Amino acid sequence: MVDKKIVLHFPKRLVDRPIVSHLIKDHDLEFNILKASVTQDEEGLMVLELKGKQEEYDKGIAYLKEAGVIIESLSQNVIRNEERCTHCGACITICPVGVFELDTTTRQIKFQEKKCIACGICIKTCPPRAMELHF
Amino acid sequence: MAKTIEEINQKIKKGEAVVFTAEEIIGVVKEKGLKEAAAEVDVVTTGTFGPMCSSGAYFNIGHSKPRIKLGGGRSYLNDVPAYTGLAAVDLFLGATATPDDDPRNKIHPGEFNYGGGHVIEELVAGKDVRLEATAYGTDCYPRKKLETWINIKDLNEAVLFNVRNAYQNYNVAVNLSNKTIYTYMGVLKPNLGNATYCSAGQLSPLLNDPYYKTIGIATKIFLGGGVGYVAWQGTQFNPTVARSENGVPKGGAGTLAVIGDLKQMSPRFLVGTSMLGYGPTLTVGIGVPIPILSEEILKYTTVTDDQIIGTVIDYSDAYPNRRNEPVGEVTYAQLKSGKITLQGKKVPTASLSSYPRAVEIANTLKDWIKTGKFELTQPVAYLPGPETGLTFKPLNERPIER
Repeated sequence: MVDKKIVLHFPKRLVDRPIVSHLIKDHDLEFNILKASVTQDEEGLMVLELKGKQEEYDKGIAYLKEAGVIIESLSQNVIRNEERCTHCGACITICPVGVFELDTTTRQIKFQEKKCIACGICIKTCPPRAMELHF
Repeated sequence: MAKTIEEINQKIKKGEAVVFTAEEIIGVVKEKGLKEAAAEVDVVTTGTFGPMCSSGAYFNIGHSKPRIKLGGGRSYLNDVPAYTGLAAVDLFLGATATPDDDPRNKIHPGEFNYGGGHVIEELVAGKDVRLEATAYGTDCYPRKKLETWINIKDLNEAVLFNVRNAYQNYNVAVNLSNKTIYTYMGVLKPNLGNATYCSAGQLSPLLNDPYYKTIGIATKIFLGGGVGYVAWQGTQFNPTVARSENGVPKGGAGTLAVIGDLKQMSPRFLVGTSMLGYGPTLTVGIGVPIPILSEEILKYTTVTDDQIIGTVIDYSDAYPNRRNEPVGEVTYAQLKSGKITLQGKKVPTASLSSYPRAVEIANTLKDWIKTGKFELTQPVAYLPGPETGLTFKPLNERPIER
Protein backbone atom coordinates (compact mmCIF):
# COMPACT_ATOMS: atom_id res chain seq x y z
CA MET A 1 0.00 0.00 0.00
CA VAL A 2 1.22 3.50 -0.76
CA ASP A 3 -0.26 6.77 0.41
CA LYS A 4 1.43 9.80 -1.11
CA LYS A 5 0.76 13.48 -1.54
CA ILE A 6 1.90 14.76 -4.94
CA VAL A 7 1.81 18.05 -6.81
CA LEU A 8 0.68 17.91 -10.45
CA HIS A 9 1.44 20.69 -12.94
CA PHE A 10 -0.78 20.62 -16.02
CA PRO A 11 0.65 22.52 -19.00
CA LYS A 12 -1.84 24.81 -20.73
CA ARG A 13 -2.65 22.25 -23.46
CA LEU A 14 -3.78 19.68 -20.88
CA VAL A 15 -5.95 21.89 -18.70
CA ASP A 16 -9.18 20.98 -20.50
CA ARG A 17 -8.52 17.22 -20.61
CA PRO A 18 -10.06 14.77 -18.09
CA ILE A 19 -6.72 13.40 -16.94
CA VAL A 20 -7.51 12.80 -13.28
CA SER A 21 -10.73 11.10 -14.32
CA HIS A 22 -8.74 8.62 -16.44
CA LEU A 23 -6.14 8.19 -13.71
CA ILE A 24 -8.82 6.96 -11.34
CA LYS A 25 -11.02 5.02 -13.77
CA ASP A 26 -8.17 3.04 -15.27
CA HIS A 27 -6.26 2.36 -12.06
CA ASP A 28 -7.40 1.01 -8.73
CA LEU A 29 -6.49 4.12 -6.75
CA GLU A 30 -8.19 6.19 -4.11
CA PHE A 31 -7.72 9.93 -4.46
CA ASN A 32 -8.36 13.07 -2.50
CA ILE A 33 -7.96 16.50 -4.08
CA LEU A 34 -6.29 18.74 -1.51
CA LYS A 35 -5.92 21.79 -3.70
CA ALA A 36 -6.72 22.66 -7.33
CA SER A 37 -6.27 25.89 -9.26
CA VAL A 38 -5.59 27.32 -12.70
CA THR A 39 -2.87 29.98 -12.69
CA GLN A 40 -2.89 33.26 -14.62
CA ASP A 41 -0.83 31.57 -17.34
CA GLU A 42 -3.64 29.03 -17.61
CA GLU A 43 -1.54 26.23 -16.23
CA GLY A 44 -3.25 23.82 -13.91
CA LEU A 45 -1.99 22.95 -10.44
CA MET A 46 -3.33 20.18 -8.28
CA VAL A 47 -2.28 18.74 -4.95
CA LEU A 48 -3.47 15.18 -4.79
CA GLU A 49 -3.34 12.43 -2.22
CA LEU A 50 -3.13 9.01 -3.90
CA LYS A 51 -3.68 5.72 -2.10
CA GLY A 52 -3.46 2.20 -3.46
CA LYS A 53 -1.25 -0.80 -4.22
CA GLN A 54 2.33 0.05 -5.23
CA GLU A 55 1.80 -1.53 -8.66
CA GLU A 56 -1.35 0.50 -9.38
CA TYR A 57 0.33 3.64 -8.05
CA ASP A 58 3.34 3.17 -10.34
CA LYS A 59 1.11 2.57 -13.36
CA GLY A 60 -0.93 5.66 -12.51
CA ILE A 61 2.18 7.82 -12.23
CA ALA A 62 3.46 6.42 -15.54
CA TYR A 63 0.14 7.33 -17.17
CA LEU A 64 0.35 10.90 -15.85
CA LYS A 65 3.93 11.31 -17.08
CA GLU A 66 3.03 9.96 -20.49
CA ALA A 67 0.11 12.37 -20.72
CA GLY A 68 2.57 15.24 -20.15
CA VAL A 69 1.77 16.10 -16.55
CA ILE A 70 4.75 17.27 -14.51
CA ILE A 71 4.85 15.53 -11.12
CA GLU A 72 6.55 16.71 -7.97
CA SER A 73 6.40 15.33 -4.50
CA LEU A 74 4.77 17.69 -2.02
CA SER A 75 7.83 19.75 -1.29
CA GLN A 76 6.46 22.11 1.30
CA ASN A 77 5.34 21.10 4.68
CA VAL A 78 4.14 22.94 7.71
CA ILE A 79 5.95 22.30 10.94
CA ARG A 80 5.36 23.50 14.46
CA ASN A 81 8.15 25.34 16.24
CA GLU A 82 7.77 23.70 19.64
CA GLU A 83 9.79 26.45 21.32
CA ARG A 84 7.31 29.10 20.17
CA CYS A 85 4.04 27.24 20.58
CA THR A 86 2.29 28.22 23.81
CA HIS A 87 -0.54 25.68 23.42
CA CYS A 88 -3.16 28.42 23.49
CA GLY A 89 -5.33 26.61 20.95
CA ALA A 90 -6.21 29.49 18.61
CA CYS A 91 -5.40 27.16 15.68
CA ILE A 92 -8.00 24.54 16.49
CA THR A 93 -10.99 26.06 14.73
CA ILE A 94 -8.91 27.53 11.89
CA CYS A 95 -7.43 24.39 10.31
CA PRO A 96 -9.74 23.14 7.52
CA VAL A 97 -8.75 19.50 8.01
CA GLY A 98 -8.64 19.32 11.82
CA VAL A 99 -4.90 18.81 12.24
CA PHE A 100 -4.95 20.33 15.72
CA GLU A 101 -6.54 18.36 18.49
CA LEU A 102 -7.06 19.40 22.10
CA ASP A 103 -5.99 16.92 24.74
CA THR A 104 -8.75 17.56 27.26
CA THR A 105 -6.63 16.31 30.17
CA THR A 106 -3.39 18.25 29.67
CA ARG A 107 -5.10 20.94 27.54
CA GLN A 108 -2.10 20.73 25.22
CA ILE A 109 -2.66 20.95 21.48
CA LYS A 110 -1.63 17.92 19.45
CA PHE A 111 -0.33 18.64 15.93
CA GLN A 112 -1.19 15.64 13.77
CA GLU A 113 1.31 16.28 11.00
CA LYS A 114 0.14 13.35 8.88
CA LYS A 115 -3.25 14.97 8.31
CA CYS A 116 -1.69 18.29 7.19
CA ILE A 117 -2.30 19.35 3.59
CA ALA A 118 0.17 22.25 3.82
CA CYS A 119 -2.47 24.87 2.97
CA GLY A 120 -0.70 27.29 5.31
CA ILE A 121 -3.81 28.93 6.81
CA CYS A 122 -2.50 28.36 10.35
CA ILE A 123 0.76 30.22 9.70
CA LYS A 124 -0.61 33.76 9.85
CA THR A 125 -3.39 32.99 12.30
CA CYS A 126 -1.10 31.52 14.97
CA PRO A 127 -0.68 34.41 17.48
CA PRO A 128 2.93 33.59 18.52
CA ARG A 129 3.72 32.57 14.90
CA ALA A 130 4.77 29.05 15.86
CA MET A 131 3.70 27.41 12.57
CA GLU A 132 6.33 27.52 9.85
CA LEU A 133 6.38 26.60 6.19
CA HIS A 134 9.39 24.56 5.15
CA PHE A 135 10.44 23.77 1.58
CA MET B 1 -9.00 30.42 62.80
CA ALA B 2 -8.40 33.71 61.03
CA LYS B 3 -4.81 33.92 59.85
CA THR B 4 -2.79 36.99 59.06
CA ILE B 5 -0.35 37.51 56.21
CA GLU B 6 2.33 37.94 58.88
CA GLU B 7 1.60 34.43 60.22
CA ILE B 8 1.61 32.95 56.72
CA ASN B 9 4.98 34.60 56.02
CA GLN B 10 6.44 33.05 59.17
CA LYS B 11 5.46 29.63 57.81
CA ILE B 12 6.87 30.47 54.36
CA LYS B 13 10.19 31.44 55.96
CA LYS B 14 10.34 28.09 57.74
CA GLY B 15 9.44 26.26 54.54
CA GLU B 16 6.23 25.01 56.15
CA ALA B 17 3.57 26.85 54.20
CA VAL B 18 0.74 24.71 52.80
CA VAL B 19 0.16 25.80 49.22
CA PHE B 20 -2.14 24.55 46.45
CA THR B 21 -2.96 25.85 43.01
CA ALA B 22 -6.49 27.12 42.34
CA GLU B 23 -7.04 23.91 40.37
CA GLU B 24 -5.81 21.59 43.14
CA ILE B 25 -7.71 23.39 45.90
CA ILE B 26 -11.04 22.34 44.37
CA GLY B 27 -10.35 18.69 45.22
CA VAL B 28 -8.75 19.50 48.59
CA VAL B 29 -11.85 21.34 49.82
CA LYS B 30 -14.15 18.66 48.42
CA GLU B 31 -12.26 16.07 50.45
CA LYS B 32 -11.64 17.93 53.71
CA GLY B 33 -14.47 20.38 53.82
CA LEU B 34 -14.16 24.13 53.97
CA LYS B 35 -13.49 24.47 57.69
CA GLU B 36 -10.67 21.95 57.93
CA ALA B 37 -9.09 23.05 54.65
CA ALA B 38 -9.20 26.72 55.67
CA ALA B 39 -7.31 25.87 58.86
CA GLU B 40 -4.65 23.92 56.98
CA VAL B 41 -4.12 25.80 53.73
CA ASP B 42 -2.08 29.01 53.74
CA VAL B 43 -1.96 30.08 50.11
CA VAL B 44 -3.76 29.30 46.83
CA THR B 45 -1.86 30.22 43.69
CA THR B 46 -3.50 31.34 40.43
CA GLY B 47 -2.20 31.83 36.93
CA THR B 48 -3.06 33.23 33.54
CA PHE B 49 -1.19 33.50 30.23
CA GLY B 50 -2.87 35.45 27.46
CA PRO B 51 -2.47 38.33 25.01
CA MET B 52 -2.74 41.58 27.00
CA CYS B 53 -2.54 44.67 24.77
CA SER B 54 -2.33 47.34 27.48
CA SER B 55 1.21 46.27 28.31
CA GLY B 56 4.47 48.08 27.84
CA ALA B 57 7.85 48.83 29.30
CA TYR B 58 9.91 51.88 30.12
CA PHE B 59 13.65 52.19 29.86
CA ASN B 60 16.40 54.56 30.85
CA ILE B 61 19.09 54.06 28.24
CA GLY B 62 21.88 56.12 29.87
CA HIS B 63 23.42 59.34 28.55
CA SER B 64 25.44 59.38 25.34
CA LYS B 65 28.54 61.54 24.86
CA PRO B 66 27.79 64.20 23.72
CA ARG B 67 24.31 64.14 25.23
CA ILE B 68 21.00 63.85 23.38
CA LYS B 69 17.49 64.70 24.56
CA LEU B 70 15.18 62.07 23.13
CA GLY B 71 12.18 63.89 24.63
CA GLY B 72 10.28 65.72 21.92
CA GLY B 73 12.08 63.84 19.18
CA ARG B 74 11.51 60.45 17.63
CA SER B 75 12.91 57.14 18.81
CA TYR B 76 12.68 53.67 17.34
CA LEU B 77 13.60 50.27 18.77
CA ASN B 78 14.06 47.77 15.93
CA ASP B 79 12.00 50.22 13.81
CA VAL B 80 9.13 50.19 16.31
CA PRO B 81 8.31 53.71 17.57
CA ALA B 82 8.76 54.33 21.29
CA TYR B 83 7.15 57.18 23.23
CA THR B 84 9.59 60.02 23.87
CA GLY B 85 7.43 62.53 25.73
CA LEU B 86 9.54 62.16 28.86
CA ALA B 87 12.94 63.43 29.99
CA ALA B 88 16.19 63.11 28.05
CA VAL B 89 16.82 59.37 27.97
CA ASP B 90 13.60 57.74 29.22
CA LEU B 91 11.50 55.85 26.67
CA PHE B 92 8.20 54.01 26.91
CA LEU B 93 7.44 51.21 24.49
CA GLY B 94 3.88 49.95 24.14
CA ALA B 95 3.06 46.36 23.18
CA THR B 96 0.89 47.35 20.21
CA ALA B 97 3.34 49.86 18.67
CA THR B 98 3.84 49.10 14.98
CA PRO B 99 6.73 50.09 12.68
CA ASP B 100 5.97 53.22 10.62
CA ASP B 101 6.49 51.33 7.36
CA ASP B 102 4.33 48.34 8.31
CA PRO B 103 1.55 48.06 5.69
CA ARG B 104 -0.94 47.60 8.57
CA ASN B 105 -4.36 46.74 7.16
CA LYS B 106 -3.77 48.27 3.70
CA ILE B 107 -3.94 44.75 2.39
CA HIS B 108 -6.55 43.28 4.69
CA PRO B 109 -5.96 41.32 6.85
CA GLY B 110 -2.54 42.73 7.78
CA GLU B 111 -0.05 40.27 9.24
CA PHE B 112 1.51 42.45 11.98
CA ASN B 113 4.46 40.12 12.37
CA TYR B 114 6.51 42.52 14.48
CA GLY B 115 5.68 45.21 17.01
CA GLY B 116 6.31 46.52 20.51
CA GLY B 117 5.50 43.18 22.15
CA HIS B 118 8.14 41.48 20.02
CA VAL B 119 10.77 44.09 20.95
CA ILE B 120 10.01 43.50 24.64
CA GLU B 121 10.36 39.73 24.15
CA GLU B 122 13.72 40.17 22.37
CA LEU B 123 15.04 42.51 25.06
CA VAL B 124 14.01 40.07 27.80
CA ALA B 125 15.71 37.27 25.85
CA GLY B 126 18.95 39.28 26.09
CA LYS B 127 19.14 40.10 22.38
CA ASP B 128 20.66 43.35 21.16
CA VAL B 129 18.06 45.83 19.93
CA ARG B 130 18.71 48.69 17.48
CA LEU B 131 17.93 52.18 18.82
CA GLU B 132 17.59 54.96 16.24
CA ALA B 133 16.67 58.41 17.45
CA THR B 134 16.44 61.93 16.16
CA ALA B 135 16.14 65.03 18.33
CA TYR B 136 16.01 68.79 17.87
CA GLY B 137 19.14 69.60 19.86
CA THR B 138 19.54 72.10 22.72
CA ASP B 139 22.46 73.92 24.32
CA CYS B 140 22.66 71.26 27.05
CA TYR B 141 21.73 68.29 24.81
CA PRO B 142 23.38 69.20 21.47
CA ARG B 143 23.15 65.90 19.68
CA LYS B 144 20.46 65.45 17.00
CA LYS B 145 20.98 61.88 15.95
CA LEU B 146 21.74 58.60 17.68
CA GLU B 147 22.11 55.10 16.24
CA THR B 148 23.27 52.34 18.55
CA TRP B 149 22.71 48.79 19.67
CA ILE B 150 21.32 48.50 23.16
CA ASN B 151 21.05 45.51 25.46
CA ILE B 152 18.82 45.09 28.52
CA LYS B 153 21.82 44.38 30.76
CA ASP B 154 23.29 47.82 29.98
CA LEU B 155 20.11 49.81 30.58
CA ASN B 156 19.81 51.68 33.87
CA GLU B 157 16.19 50.62 34.26
CA ALA B 158 14.01 48.31 32.21
CA VAL B 159 10.59 48.07 33.84
CA LEU B 160 7.50 46.27 32.63
CA PHE B 161 4.50 48.46 33.37
CA ASN B 162 1.16 47.17 32.14
CA VAL B 163 -1.84 49.40 32.71
CA ARG B 164 -4.48 46.73 32.16
CA ASN B 165 -3.82 43.02 32.59
CA ALA B 166 -5.45 39.90 34.01
CA TYR B 167 -9.05 40.72 33.08
CA GLN B 168 -11.53 39.21 35.49
CA ASN B 169 -13.52 37.20 32.92
CA TYR B 170 -13.98 38.26 29.32
CA ASN B 171 -16.31 38.15 26.34
CA VAL B 172 -16.73 35.01 24.27
CA ALA B 173 -16.43 36.14 20.64
CA VAL B 174 -18.49 34.97 17.66
CA ASN B 175 -19.28 36.25 14.17
CA LEU B 176 -22.94 36.39 13.07
CA SER B 177 -22.15 37.93 9.66
CA ASN B 178 -21.58 35.99 6.46
CA LYS B 179 -17.90 36.85 6.02
CA THR B 180 -14.74 36.04 7.97
CA ILE B 181 -13.63 38.79 10.37
CA TYR B 182 -10.19 39.43 11.89
CA THR B 183 -10.36 40.65 15.48
CA TYR B 184 -8.37 40.89 18.68
CA MET B 185 -10.28 37.74 19.61
CA GLY B 186 -8.70 35.95 16.65
CA VAL B 187 -10.09 34.95 13.27
CA LEU B 188 -13.85 34.52 13.53
CA LYS B 189 -15.49 32.42 10.87
CA PRO B 190 -18.85 33.48 9.38
CA ASN B 191 -22.28 32.34 10.54
CA LEU B 192 -21.18 31.21 14.01
CA GLY B 193 -18.35 29.19 12.46
CA ASN B 194 -16.34 29.29 15.70
CA ALA B 195 -16.23 30.94 19.11
CA THR B 196 -13.09 32.19 20.86
CA TYR B 197 -12.47 32.90 24.52
CA CYS B 198 -9.56 34.19 26.55
CA SER B 199 -9.52 33.33 30.25
CA ALA B 200 -7.89 30.69 32.39
CA GLY B 201 -11.30 30.25 34.06
CA GLN B 202 -10.99 28.49 37.40
CA LEU B 203 -7.25 29.24 37.53
CA SER B 204 -7.53 32.94 36.66
CA PRO B 205 -6.38 35.38 39.43
CA LEU B 206 -9.37 37.69 39.81
CA LEU B 207 -11.94 34.92 39.31
CA ASN B 208 -10.58 33.36 42.50
CA ASP B 209 -10.92 36.57 44.49
CA PRO B 210 -14.06 37.99 42.89
CA TYR B 211 -14.60 40.80 45.42
CA TYR B 212 -10.88 41.77 45.68
CA LYS B 213 -10.74 40.79 49.36
CA THR B 214 -7.01 39.97 49.23
CA ILE B 215 -5.60 41.34 45.98
CA GLY B 216 -4.79 45.03 46.27
CA ILE B 217 -2.16 47.65 45.61
CA ALA B 218 1.33 46.29 46.46
CA THR B 219 0.29 42.65 46.20
CA LYS B 220 3.44 40.77 45.19
CA ILE B 221 2.88 38.58 42.14
CA PHE B 222 4.50 36.37 39.50
CA LEU B 223 4.97 38.64 36.48
CA GLY B 224 6.50 37.56 33.20
CA GLY B 225 8.59 34.86 34.86
CA GLY B 226 9.88 37.17 37.59
CA VAL B 227 8.49 39.06 40.55
CA GLY B 228 6.19 42.03 40.13
CA TYR B 229 3.59 43.98 42.04
CA VAL B 230 0.03 45.18 41.59
CA ALA B 231 0.51 48.92 41.03
CA TRP B 232 -3.12 50.02 40.87
CA GLN B 233 -6.48 48.83 39.62
CA GLY B 234 -6.19 48.31 35.88
CA THR B 235 -7.85 50.70 33.43
CA GLN B 236 -11.49 50.04 32.51
CA PHE B 237 -11.94 48.64 36.04
CA ASN B 238 -15.62 47.79 36.29
CA PRO B 239 -16.62 46.04 39.51
CA THR B 240 -20.36 46.65 39.07
CA VAL B 241 -20.99 44.30 36.12
CA ALA B 242 -23.60 41.55 36.46
CA ARG B 243 -22.40 38.72 38.70
CA SER B 244 -23.55 35.15 39.25
CA GLU B 245 -24.77 34.11 42.71
CA ASN B 246 -21.23 33.01 43.60
CA GLY B 247 -20.03 36.57 43.03
CA VAL B 248 -18.20 35.79 39.81
CA PRO B 249 -18.67 38.47 37.13
CA LYS B 250 -20.33 37.34 33.89
CA GLY B 251 -18.11 39.57 31.77
CA GLY B 252 -15.01 41.75 31.90
CA ALA B 253 -14.92 43.35 35.37
CA GLY B 254 -11.82 43.91 37.47
CA THR B 255 -8.35 44.38 35.92
CA LEU B 256 -4.84 44.88 37.29
CA ALA B 257 -2.14 47.43 36.56
CA VAL B 258 1.12 45.62 37.24
CA ILE B 259 4.78 46.58 37.43
CA GLY B 260 8.07 44.72 37.73
CA ASP B 261 11.76 44.66 36.85
CA LEU B 262 11.99 43.41 33.26
CA LYS B 263 15.60 42.34 33.79
CA GLN B 264 14.60 39.33 35.90
CA MET B 265 11.76 38.20 33.61
CA SER B 266 11.80 35.49 30.95
CA PRO B 267 10.77 35.26 27.28
CA ARG B 268 8.83 32.12 28.14
CA PHE B 269 6.30 34.30 29.94
CA LEU B 270 6.46 37.44 27.78
CA VAL B 271 5.79 36.46 24.20
CA GLY B 272 5.50 38.86 21.26
CA THR B 273 2.21 38.03 19.57
CA SER B 274 0.51 38.93 16.28
CA MET B 275 -3.23 39.04 15.78
CA LEU B 276 -3.99 38.75 12.06
CA GLY B 277 -5.81 41.86 10.78
CA TYR B 278 -5.65 43.46 14.24
CA GLY B 279 -2.11 44.17 15.37
CA PRO B 280 0.90 43.15 17.40
CA THR B 281 0.62 42.63 21.15
CA LEU B 282 2.29 40.93 24.10
CA THR B 283 1.22 37.68 25.74
CA VAL B 284 1.83 38.06 29.45
CA GLY B 285 2.11 35.49 32.21
CA ILE B 286 0.72 36.51 35.61
CA GLY B 287 0.24 34.55 38.81
CA VAL B 288 -1.29 35.96 41.96
CA PRO B 289 -1.07 34.28 45.38
CA ILE B 290 -4.23 34.35 47.47
CA PRO B 291 -3.62 34.19 51.22
CA ILE B 292 -6.25 32.00 52.87
CA LEU B 293 -7.18 34.37 55.67
CA SER B 294 -10.70 33.02 56.20
CA GLU B 295 -13.15 30.33 55.13
CA GLU B 296 -14.89 32.88 52.92
CA ILE B 297 -11.69 33.65 51.01
CA LEU B 298 -10.99 29.93 50.61
CA LYS B 299 -14.51 29.31 49.32
CA TYR B 300 -14.00 31.83 46.52
CA THR B 301 -10.86 29.97 45.37
CA THR B 302 -12.81 26.73 44.90
CA VAL B 303 -14.73 28.16 41.95
CA THR B 304 -14.92 25.70 39.05
CA ASP B 305 -15.25 26.21 35.30
CA ASP B 306 -18.91 25.15 35.35
CA GLN B 307 -19.64 28.00 37.78
CA ILE B 308 -18.03 30.69 35.63
CA ILE B 309 -20.22 32.22 32.95
CA GLY B 310 -18.95 33.98 29.86
CA THR B 311 -21.15 36.28 27.80
CA VAL B 312 -21.16 35.61 24.06
CA ILE B 313 -20.80 38.73 21.92
CA ASP B 314 -21.09 39.19 18.14
CA TYR B 315 -17.90 40.86 16.91
CA SER B 316 -19.23 41.55 13.40
CA ASP B 317 -21.82 44.10 14.49
CA ALA B 318 -22.84 44.39 18.16
CA TYR B 319 -19.27 44.82 19.47
CA PRO B 320 -17.92 47.32 16.90
CA ASN B 321 -21.09 49.39 17.15
CA ARG B 322 -21.11 49.23 20.96
CA ARG B 323 -24.53 47.67 21.23
CA ASN B 324 -25.25 45.62 24.32
CA GLU B 325 -26.90 42.65 22.64
CA PRO B 326 -25.42 39.40 23.95
CA VAL B 327 -25.89 36.30 21.82
CA GLY B 328 -26.05 34.11 24.92
CA GLU B 329 -24.27 32.86 28.00
CA VAL B 330 -22.05 29.78 28.31
CA THR B 331 -19.90 28.31 31.07
CA TYR B 332 -16.15 27.82 30.83
CA ALA B 333 -16.73 24.08 31.27
CA GLN B 334 -18.79 24.17 28.06
CA LEU B 335 -16.18 26.32 26.30
CA LYS B 336 -13.39 23.96 27.32
CA SER B 337 -15.31 20.92 26.07
CA GLY B 338 -14.56 22.12 22.53
CA LYS B 339 -18.14 22.85 21.48
CA ILE B 340 -20.94 25.13 22.62
CA THR B 341 -24.51 25.41 21.37
CA LEU B 342 -25.69 28.81 20.17
CA GLN B 343 -28.94 29.53 18.33
CA GLY B 344 -29.44 25.78 17.96
CA LYS B 345 -26.07 25.37 16.26
CA LYS B 346 -23.01 23.44 17.52
CA VAL B 347 -20.14 25.92 17.49
CA PRO B 348 -16.50 24.78 17.87
CA THR B 349 -14.49 26.74 20.43
CA ALA B 350 -10.88 27.91 20.59
CA SER B 351 -8.92 29.53 23.39
CA LEU B 352 -6.54 32.46 22.94
CA SER B 353 -4.94 32.08 26.35
CA SER B 354 -2.80 29.06 27.15
CA TYR B 355 -4.18 26.94 29.98
CA PRO B 356 -1.08 24.66 30.16
CA ARG B 357 1.13 27.70 30.69
CA ALA B 358 -1.31 29.17 33.25
CA VAL B 359 -0.95 25.88 35.16
CA GLU B 360 2.84 26.16 34.86
CA ILE B 361 2.69 29.68 36.33
CA ALA B 362 0.47 28.64 39.27
CA ASN B 363 2.81 25.70 39.95
CA THR B 364 5.95 27.85 39.71
CA LEU B 365 4.51 30.36 42.16
CA LYS B 366 3.51 27.49 44.44
CA ASP B 367 7.11 26.18 44.39
CA TRP B 368 8.53 29.63 45.11
CA ILE B 369 6.27 29.99 48.15
CA LYS B 370 6.84 26.45 49.43
CA THR B 371 10.60 26.79 49.21
CA GLY B 372 10.62 30.14 51.00
CA LYS B 373 11.65 32.18 47.96
CA PHE B 374 8.49 34.24 47.78
CA GLU B 375 6.77 35.89 50.73
CA LEU B 376 3.38 37.54 50.55
CA THR B 377 2.71 41.24 50.95
CA GLN B 378 -0.10 43.03 52.70
CA PRO B 379 -1.90 45.35 50.27
CA VAL B 380 -1.47 49.03 51.15
CA ALA B 381 -4.89 49.82 49.67
CA TYR B 382 -7.68 47.70 48.21
CA LEU B 383 -9.16 47.77 44.74
CA PRO B 384 -12.59 49.40 44.41
CA GLY B 385 -15.29 46.78 44.93
CA PRO B 386 -18.89 46.77 43.70
CA GLU B 387 -19.90 48.80 46.79
CA THR B 388 -18.10 51.84 45.33
CA GLY B 389 -20.58 51.94 42.45
CA LEU B 390 -17.66 52.46 40.07
CA THR B 391 -18.58 51.79 36.44
CA PHE B 392 -16.78 51.72 33.12
CA LYS B 393 -17.99 54.77 31.21
CA PRO B 394 -18.36 54.92 27.44
CA LEU B 395 -17.18 57.94 25.49
CA ASN B 396 -20.08 60.25 24.79
CA GLU B 397 -18.81 62.44 21.99
CA ARG B 398 -19.34 66.19 22.11
CA PRO B 399 -19.04 67.98 18.78
CA ILE B 400 -16.27 70.57 18.58
CA GLU B 401 -17.75 73.86 17.25
CA ARG B 402 -15.56 75.67 14.74
